[in-house]
Amino acid sequence: MKEEIRLMKGNEAFAHAAIRYGCDGYFGYPITPQSEVLETLAELRPWESTGMVVLQAESELAAINMVYGGAGTGKAVMTSSSSPGISLMMEGISYIAASSLPTLILNVMRGGPGLGTIQPSQADYFQATKGGGHGDYHLIVLAPSSVQEMVDFVGLGFDLAFKYTNPVMILADGIVGQMMEKVQLPEQRPRRTDEEIRQQCPWAADGRKNGRKRNVITSLELESSKMEVINNMLQERYRAIERDECRWEEIGVEDADYLMVAFGTVARICDKARELAAEEGIKVGIIRPITLWPFPTEAVAKAAAGKKGALVVELNAGQMIEDVRLAVHDSLPVEHFGRLGGIIPSPNEIVEALKNKIINR
Amino acid sequence: MKEEIIIAGFGGQGVLSMGKILAYSGLMDDKEVTWMPSYGPEQRGGTANVTVILADSKISSPILDQYDIVVALNQQSLDKFAPKVKPGGTLIFDTNGIHNRPNREDIKIYPIDAMEATLEIGNSKAYNMVVMGALLQAMDYKLPMENVIKGLKKSLPERHHKLIPLNEKAIEKGASLI
Repeated sequence: MKEEIRLMKGNEAFAHAAIRYGCDGYFGYPITPQSEVLETLAELRPWESTGMVVLQAESELAAINMVYGGAGTGKAVMTSSSSPGISLMMEGISYIAASSLPTLILNVMRGGPGLGTIQPSQADYFQATKGGGHGDYHLIVLAPSSVQEMVDFVGLGFDLAFKYTNPVMILADGIVGQMMEKVQLPEQRPRRTDEEIRQQCPWAADGRKNGRKRNVITSLELESSKMEVINNMLQERYRAIERDECRWEEIGVEDADYLMVAFGTVARICDKARELAAEEGIKVGIIRPITLWPFPTEAVAKAAAGKKGALVVELNAGQMIEDVRLAVHDSLPVEHFGRLGGIIPSPNEIVEALKNKIINR
Repeated sequence: MKEEIIIAGFGGQGVLSMGKILAYSGLMDDKEVTWMPSYGPEQRGGTANVTVILADSKISSPILDQYDIVVALNQQSLDKFAPKVKPGGTLIFDTNGIHNRPNREDIKIYPIDAMEATLEIGNSKAYNMVVMGALLQAMDYKLPMENVIKGLKKSLPERHHKLIPLNEKAIEKGASLI
């Protein structure tokens, strides 16, 4: 399959991108608003073309543990779900992180808590970036704001996952999953051969060949002194990721008086709000964290420097704002604007919030 | 060029697929496109709407407060979206079942009898393409018909490609209503 321009939903594009990346296996369980991922994979039947396995598990618990097993063999495997389903996977995700395995997890967030609503949300920010499962671990978290990024982050996500042997989560909102946009699909890459996997993943439990030593994949270590070594190794890795992998996008930050901070599609609604505000002579810039963990702390601090105030816009009750406040300390007023339960704010609402909470405070 | 459009009606009227064909036609005309549906249980009989944005350059928000063009296919949608047409913008609505017409003087209003026109063509499934014909005709941005046909081919599964001439006829019929 060659490069191709198509019109598709974020969820569909994600499925196409997985096949074209040369993904070895997908294990999932349907849930709105991301069921098109599994549907598209089933329709495309990649097991007949690239040999990629696609399996509808009996539950999210089974799916994430299939991913754990697949990742343990060095294969590029993935799953996807939406908020309540991701909560069910949290135990497995902690195990995968503890076992230092590369894998890709897509969360197309819906409104919670509980079963909540099927409408878009960003209320799983804390869960994705601060743990979710138990123990001191981190996922690398990427937040796409367009259908194109749903495609691009499959490749980026797997590359980061294998580079750091760490699970990566794509934290999307229901908007990007459900909307259709023009998208460029990459050329089909071949799946890695067993020999390539052996070379790239010397840790993989892929059957002992050529008398190599036994590879054991486990998250269990009952001896505390050894468990501390493992933890220290993880923390060292997290520091390296924080140093080298922060990603963000800035729009009109330099000559702005005010700053808006938003991730995912909300950053694009803010961009429209920025245009509307400019018509009234209000100069606002936007910084969009692309990696939510590692959070681009220095970039946010730099963007906020000299501004009169910052508005953090999220589809939640105020989660990323904590990281923004940690980044800027008390150097400027930082306020939050969010809609809850699946409601998406309009550009005008955001302009009004900027006026009420920041400009005329 | 930028056209910010919302199409709203009952689930089952072909609102979402009309938006998809419009978006694909724009794509075939080398535009940036975004198609944002209301999704969920309302697709099974309640109201459905889709925002379609066609533009020369990168599109920001898929969610809008105001539209260049509103296409309303029932009273509920008309009441909700007529006030959201930008001044100087365009409102198209199907007159069937409408008892309360909008009274704005700062926009262009096209009441159309799309159901009647569809019955004249003789295939009720072509209803949404009649409406799309009216929309294409009323839009400032003129989408070449050849790209609309390409858009139809891309959006419809191959087994339905035999219906493209019917759809083309419906689009022409719709255009004649404006």
